[in-house]
Order: sequence, then structure tokens, then C-alpha cells
Amino acid sequence: MGILSSSIARKVAMALSALFLVFFLLMHVSVNLVSVFSEEAFNTASHFMGTNPLIQFVMQPILIFGVVFHFVLGFILELKNKKAVGVSYAKNNGAANSTWMSRNMIYSGLAILAFIVLHFIDFWFPEINHKYIEVLPEDPTRYYHELREKFVNPIRVGAYVIAFVFLILHLLHGFQSAFQSMGMNNKYSKGLKTFGKAYAIIIPLLFIFIALFHHFTH
Amino acid sequence: MSVLDSKVPEGPIKDKWTTYKDNINLVNPANKRNIDIIVVGTGLAGGSAAATLAEQGYNVKAFCYQDSPRRAHSIAAQGGINAAKNYMGDGDSNYRLFYDTVKGGDYRSREANVHRLAEVSGNIIDQCVAQGVPFARDYGGLLDNRSFGGVLVSRTFYAKGQTGQQLLLGAYSAMNRQIARGKIEMFNRHEMLDVVKVDGKARGIIARNLISGEIERHSAHAVVIATGGYGNVYFLSTNAMGSNATAAWKIHKKGAYFANPCYTQIHPTCIPRSGDYQSKLTLMSESLRNDGRIWVPANIEDSKAIQQGKLKPTEIAEENRDYYLERKYPAFGNLVPRDVASRAAKELCDAGYGVNATGEAVYLDFAAAIERYGNEQAKIHGHHNPSKEKITALGEGVIEEKYGNLFQMYEKIAAENPYKTPMMIYPATHYTMGGVWVDYNLMTTVPGLYCIGEANFSDHGANRLGASALMQGLADGYFVLPYTIGDYLSDDIRTGKIATDTPEFDAVEKEVTDRINFFVNNKGTKSVDHFHKRLGKVMWDKVGMARNEKGLKEAMAEIKAIREEFWKEVKVPGDANEMNPELEKAGRVADFLELGELFAKDALDRNESCGGHYREESVVKEGEQKGEALRNDKDYAYVSAWEYKGEPSDAILHKEELEFKDIELKQRSYK
Amino acid sequence: MNLTLKIWRQKGPQEKGKLVDYKVNDISEHMSFLEMMDVLNEQLINTEEEPVAFDHDCREGICGMCSMYINGEAHGPDKGITTCQLHMRSFKDGDTIYIEPFRAAAFPVIKDLVVDRTSFDRIQQSGGFISVNTSGNTQDANALPISKHAADEAMDAATCIGCGACVATCKNSSAMLFVGAKVSQYALLPQGKVEAADRVMNMVHQMDIEGFGNCTNTGACEIECPKGISLENIARMNREYLKASLKG
Repeated sequence: MGILSSSIARKVAMALSALFLVFFLLMHVSVNLVSVFSEEAFNTASHFMGTNPLIQFVMQPILIFGVVFHFVLGFILELKNKKAVGVSYAKNNGAANSTWMSRNMIYSGLAILAFIVLHFIDFWFPEINHKYIEVLPEDPTRYYHELREKFVNPIRVGAYVIAFVFLILHLLHGFQSAFQSMGMNNKYSKGLKTFGKAYAIIIPLLFIFIALFHHFTH
Repeated sequence: MSVLDSKVPEGPIKDKWTTYKDNINLVNPANKRNIDIIVVGTGLAGGSAAATLAEQGYNVKAFCYQDSPRRAHSIAAQGGINAAKNYMGDGDSNYRLFYDTVKGGDYRSREANVHRLAEVSGNIIDQCVAQGVPFARDYGGLLDNRSFGGVLVSRTFYAKGQTGQQLLLGAYSAMNRQIARGKIEMFNRHEMLDVVKVDGKARGIIARNLISGEIERHSAHAVVIATGGYGNVYFLSTNAMGSNATAAWKIHKKGAYFANPCYTQIHPTCIPRSGDYQSKLTLMSESLRNDGRIWVPANIEDSKAIQQGKLKPTEIAEENRDYYLERKYPAFGNLVPRDVASRAAKELCDAGYGVNATGEAVYLDFAAAIERYGNEQAKIHGHHNPSKEKITALGEGVIEEKYGNLFQMYEKIAAENPYKTPMMIYPATHYTMGGVWVDYNLMTTVPGLYCIGEANFSDHGANRLGASALMQGLADGYFVLPYTIGDYLSDDIRTGKIATDTPEFDAVEKEVTDRINFFVNNKGTKSVDHFHKRLGKVMWDKVGMARNEKGLKEAMAEIKAIREEFWKEVKVPGDANEMNPELEKAGRVADFLELGELFAKDALDRNESCGGHYREESVVKEGEQKGEALRNDKDYAYVSAWEYKGEPSDAILHKEELEFKDIELKQRSYK
Repeated sequence: MNLTLKIWRQKGPQEKGKLVDYKVNDISEHMSFLEMMDVLNEQLINTEEEPVAFDHDCREGICGMCSMYINGEAHGPDKGITTCQLHMRSFKDGDTIYIEPFRAAAFPVIKDLVVDRTSFDRIQQSGGFISVNTSGNTQDANALPISKHAADEAMDAATCIGCGACVATCKNSSAMLFVGAKVSQYALLPQGKVEAADRVMNMVHQMDIEGFGNCTNTGACEIECPKGISLENIARMNREYLKASLKG
């Protein structure tokens, strides 16, 4: 795998892509949060994000690459690790020495992946369709209503909430793990861990809040 | 006249080693490539020798029974390593280290060897630091030293309580570098089962692959034995479970004389046995005696009550306690040498004063130290009229800082909190000063066969000083053997590879396989451990801390009887051609059963008390020192080197007379 | 106390293994776990069965030879100790105890509970040393002052006993704590800095060749390490590795 031929290089690559995604979450939630306060501002922001060429043709591919990279590498690592383990224990008491989150990143990751597929079907494919396939006329005020409509269905909202709970679990381990992977473990680590935990809980909760807000105010 | 030639160089003692090095034959680097050396054992001595010989260019084959050379039992040494660096500026010198070691050995070691040891001691520290051994340092970044074993200077270098581990890992790292270069071929999980001689010279070994059970032949131009001591002859000791005397005993049977087997060090501060299932004893650093007070109840009824679990030590009033070391040895008190402290504990326990269920334990009490330190701390921190609890808490803090890890270890094993109730301790076999006889070159009486580290007899006389075992192991391996072996090998540069398909190898291999086949085919009724435990009991009771003629004669007869029964009744499950730990043990115990008898015979011959060897017949008869060990320099200032002649009892004694030109012989006194 | 043991029995590296039940009775709480195993073996010898092979040597927690995965944890339920230091008072009468070998593809089973850990040796051979010959002319030990802090930290890393509990515990069978400890010991000392870049590259390379897994920072290794080797050592190794890679 070239540059990713060593275990530590893969680890660092996982960490870098993770931190990129963590940062993306912050941007995403910021834009979404606007929808709670102002329809107009949300439409403006969404329109900007959806039409700005820098975002559309540079940032978006990078983001997609980041997501795909993180997942693919995650799967590769999981398979390699399974191979490294060989025979598994008849009795293993993982809870004695590690958190559930840290041991089950692949499962929380898969849940998130499933959500992303849903998310693409819900938002991204229609967007792409709207803009590049059917090339419908651009309406800078359509975004807010489209958003509101999506959150009418309680099943979708439920799935959305569950996915973000998994994101919490994923981030609770992932955030601080990324820093450790990149070699950061020093006197600041304790503070960083606390920050990481807060981040891991607050950001997904905000997403959940937004979803519930739109669902119940419909 | 003795057939032993110690080959000590002429000249003043200070110059012997230098002159020797200047005049020996060397092997040029191109020729070293054509010479093979086998090193058996990878502890401090074997590991450092293998690495250094490989660095010099020899082809080394190294063997260890463990799964990695890093696990040799040198790793368990806690305290430290001595070196005459005089970093503390307290007047230390090579001469002082030499003097202390000879005196500590009760004048039964070879002067020239000990002086050489002191001379190279400083180099060891330099070498280890260069290898990255993380010795303790002071705030200025320089190496820290502590004092150890009652000497007058601070010359002990240490790495927490794990000095042996760090030094061994240093030697292991040096080996790894040579393994990577292909200069050492490492044979893990291999046990040497015999030596092969060709034309009188050691030319190879027969080893068993402990995974496959395969018997292998390995040839070389010289063979180095570095397999440690024989303390496990007692069954219970602080040695590792696998520590054994097989290599040393097998070379003895092939012509190497065995010297001073009766010199054994019994360490006073070990955690006592808790029952018959006990498999080994754990040592606690003797530094504990700096602050702990040793006692037993003054009234035997109290001891009985304690043994039955009816009374607690903390319930015994101060006046009903017998601080026997302080009583008997007011000058040194609890800090008397290891052998004196050990014997005193045994005497009282034999008399019924012991304090645990087995009756084999004495108390090591820190209550007084906790109170003393507590008061001191209270003053320092300006607490006026501190409560008793406050003082105790402060004192415990100090004790924890000094001995925290030891207390923790004790608590794990004994399940008692030593801050609140006195520790229990009892002596245990720890180190064997005796071993294979070697000359100044560290060569045994078989040409081309060397013996280094604890396995040989050379440097510690009748008693070893604390922190000197690590020093000797590394001195032999890093700085002595690599020179002296060249002198011998310089004759072998044209010999070429030693063939293994020869009658000599055939014959020895047959001996080895016959014995293994006997074990796995014998339809016995008792396990190997059964015999080992019985041997250990005889050794401990009759060839232990105090020995007398009657007991020793009985011991010889009893060991012989156990041995005979062993060869009839031993049961070894499993096959020869697989991993078979019981088979490994059987071979080792068979050898201990012979060594034990020679051990008793040697103790019987030496009718004097010196160092770790105490003969009840040889004590001061009257005066202030009454009952104390009495050395007899007139009749016994020699090394007993035993030649194998079939049965251990038939061994022939050869004496190497010891001359002390640079040191005046004195009797010890600790009153 | 009376116990039921479920022990992994496997005749040889190529054979299939399985858990076998054994009963041991009258076990004293003061026994060490390995002494309990001794009792079992003595019992098996007496009943003409083959005793259980297990690695052990010093029985005082320093040689790193003993292993065993006991009731789902490396070196058993207690923390900060090796199996030989585990005592039966940690168990109750009537308990069923699972005893399995350390598992990892890089630690193949040799027999019963005995595994082959020579992969650790090969990692050390790839760079776990400082290239200095024994000459007797090495510079004086005090010629190079080393801060107490660095020396102490190096010592903490160097206390690793190479038992493999980190690998056995790790859900990925990663050896990074073991390798990180050695890399750290030398990286912290000035003597080791000269070869630091090559060392970390070579050791990590060898670790990967041996088939150890990738670290996912669960931290289980640090908890189960009998010597309390800190995760900081893995972070330091990652740093050293990045530094060395960027240097090229």
C-alpha cells in the first residue's frame, strides 16, 4: 500500500482522516443550526455551500475522498487485525481493561456508514440530481423547505437519532485516539481528552436537537 | 602435591592482570572468523560473553533453556552492582573493593581473581551506561550510588529495585545486535545435556531441543558454561524453577573439578513458606533490615498461640518480645551479616519460637521505624503535639517511599498489610559460591572448557557480598573471558571446523539418549517433584545453615538412598520426542541427587566455620564470642576441588592452597 | 476450595486443541496460581494423564516467562501482576476458571498453554540496542550527564518484561506497547539518539512482518501490563516514527 505500508503510517492516516471528518462535522452542524434560528439565513448559507465552485468542486470531492478513505482504511485495518488475532478466546473479559466504544469502533462505524447512505439518498442524490443531472432552475429559497419535509417522517427521525448516538460512541473513543495515534500524549492530553468527550457528545446532540426541532415544530 | 594449576600470573597483585593481558597470545581478526565458540546460558555472564566474543569476530552459538535469552534468572537480582568508581568521593578504590570482597568471602577466595574483578568493575558501569542501561541518577544528572551490605563506602549502582533486569537486558541487547549480524546463532528452548571431548579437549555439546525433543550435536573450538548456581538442590530457593546444575554437573562428570560445593548463601529476608505445596521462595531486599527490627515472642506459649492463630503479634507487649539480634549482637544488631542473621532465625524456630503456621518464620517489625520517622517528620513539618495517628501516617509515608514496592510485593504474596502488622520472614537459599573449579583464565580442568559467572567458584570465597554477583557475572563475560579464551584459541586457528559425525559425538549422544529413554520408559510410581522435595528436605535439615558431622554423614547416606529409589521409581509421563517439562525436570533432579551428596561430603570435609558454611564443631568455645563461627586458617585455607570418580562419595579431593600476600586474615566479630 | 478448570489442551503446534475440564480440590487460598497448576499436574501424573504444559520460571514476576489467559484476562483478574504472582485468594470456592494460552497469530501455540514468543526477540534484534562494542575504553559513565527525569522515564519504559500480555490482551494483537517501550527507552537517552531514526523504522518494520495487528488505542494493554508500561510510550514511538519517516 505504498506510503501506508506500515502499521504506524496507517494509524496516522486513520487519525488524520478522522480529524478532518471531525472538523467537517463542526461545519456541518453550524450550517444546520442556522436552520433553527432563521429560514433566510439557512437558505443563504445552503445556497452558498451548494453553488460555490470552491466548495462544490474542491472541498466536496476532498470530503467524499476523506469519508471513503476513512471507511476503506478502517475496514482494511479491521480485516488485518482479525488476521493478526488468529484464534479467538473462549472467554474474554474485554470490559476489564477497555471501553465498549474502543472495542467496537467497527460497529459504530458501520452504523454511521449506514446512516451516510441514507443521508446521501435523502439529501445528496437529490441535490446532485437537481443541479447536475436534470439541471433544474436554481431556487435559492428551496433548501429550508426541503429540510423541513425530510424531518416529518418519524421513522427517518428515529434512524437519524440512533445514527447520531452511534456517532457519539464513535467519537468518544475516536477523538482522543486520533491524537494518541499522531504521537500526542503529554501534559495537555488530559485536557484534550475532556474536550474530546465534550465534543463527542455535544456535536451529535446538536444534530439530534435540530432533527427533533424540525420534527416537532412542523 | 596438587594437580591444580591456578595459572595466576607472577608479579605484584596490582599489575598481574595488565601484565597478563600484555603477554597473552591473541587471535587475529581474520582467524577469529574460523573459530566457533559455544556459550551455554544467557544470563549476565553468558549473555555478556556471547555478545563480546561475537563482537570480536568469533562465531558464537548460544544456548538457553528459556524461550528467550532475556529471561535468565540474573533478571531477578534486585539490589545493585558494585563498582569501585569512587564517584561519591568517599575514598573507594580498586584495593578497597578487592579487600572488602576477600574479607566478605571470609578469606576463601583467590586473591588474584578478586583483584582483577575490582579492576574491571569500573569498566562494567561505563559499558552498561553506553548500552543505555537506565541507572538511577541524581538531580545533577550524574549516577547515584548507595551503600549495600555493610561496607563502608557507597559503591552500588542501581536501577530501582530491578538492577539485574536492566543489566541483563543490556547484555541481551548486545546479543541481539550480534544475532542480527549473524555472529551469534541463538538456540532458545535448548538444554545442554552433555559435553563432548575430542582428544581431551572440549569440542562440543549434546543439546536437546525442548520443543521437538530432538537431540542435537553442536561442535566448537571451545565451550563456555554460564549456567548459574545450584541452589535448587534445596528444592525451595529463590532461584527460578528451571535453574539447574545439569551443565555444570555433566562437565564435572567429564573431568571438570567441582569446587567448594558446600559454600551456599542463605538469605535471611525471604517470605516464609506457607505450606507443602510451596514451589519457590521470594526474596525481599535485605535493605529492609535497615529499618525493620527482628523479633520472636520471648515466651514460647505466645509463639504456640500465634502458630495456632489464636494470638496476633500486635497483641504482644514490648517486654514479651525477644529482639534477639539486638540482644546477641549489640554492635551490629539487625544488620549482622546474612549468614549470622539466618542462623539465629533458624535456631529460634527450631526451638519452637517460630511465628506462622509452619513454625518457620520470625517477625520483621517496622512499627518502631514508623514511629521514629513519624516524629521526625512531625518536627520537620512543624506539627506541635501531633496525634498518634498523625505520627503513624507520617512515618508510614517515609517507609512507603523507601520500601513501597517491597511492602506491596509482600502484601500480594502474604495477604497481610506490613504497615499494620509485622512482616514475617525466613531464610532461604539464594546463591551458591561454590561451583566448577577454574584457573585464572576461567578454564576448568578440561582444556577448552570454560566456566563463568555463578557457575564457577572463583571470586566470592565462602560468602558473597551484596551487589557482587552482578559484578562478577559481567566482569567474567565482558572483560575477562574474551581475553583469556583467545590465549587458548590461538592454537586452534588451523584446526578448521570440528566434525560432529565422529565416534566421540556418537558415544556421548548415546549416553544422553539412553538416559532419556530410560526416563520415559521407566514404569515408576512417583513423580520427579516427589524426589526433589525429599532431597530438598534432607539438604535443608542437615546440610543447611548449621551442619555437623553426624548430620552430614546421615545426609550422604539418605541422599544416596533417595537417588537409588529415584532410579527405580521415578515416573515421567509423555514422550521423548515432544515438549515434555517432566522429562526436563527428571534429568535435572537426577543430577541434583548426585550433586547434593558431593555437597554434603564437601561440608563434612571442611571442619571449620567460614562464611556461608557453619560447622557446629568449629565455634568459639568461650569468652564474649562464644558460639560464634570459628574459621580455621591453619588447616582449611584451601579450595576443595573434587574430581569425579563414579559415585559422588568416591570423589577425590584436590586442594588449591590459598595464599594471602596482600591481606591480613582476621576473624569476623559482630558483637 | 474446590474448583473446575477449563484448560486449553493442544498436543502440538499443528494439532487441533480444545478446552478440557478438570477438577481440583482442597486448594489453599495462599497458593499461587501456578502452585495450583502444580497440584493439578501432580494429580494428572498420578492418574496416568499427561500434565499440562505451561511456561514459568522465576515465579516472582520478573522473568516474563509465565503467560496464561485466565478468565478472559492476561495474567488473570488482578492488575499489575504476572500469573505467577496471582494467588488463589482471588478466586472463590466452586469457581470455574478458564485457562487459555496467550492468543495471537504471531504467538503460535507450541503445546497446551505454551506459546512461541520469539517474534518479540526478532523485533529486538532488528534494532533494540545501541551499537556499542565491549572494549573497556568506553567513555566514563559520568562523562555524559543525563537528566534525572529522562533517566527515570527511560527506566519506566525499560521495566517491560516482554511477557506479551499486551499482545494477548489487545483485540488486534498489536505489539505496539512492547515495541513502544523499547523505542522509548532509547529515544529518551542521549546514547540512544544517534540511531533513533533507524531503530524505530526497523523495529516497526519487523513488528509488521511478524504479523502483529494495528493499534486502535483501546488502552487495554496498559491496563493489563504487569509492569504498568504507559501508553505514552506508544505515542512516543508514533512520534519517533513520523519524525524518522519525514526525514526520509
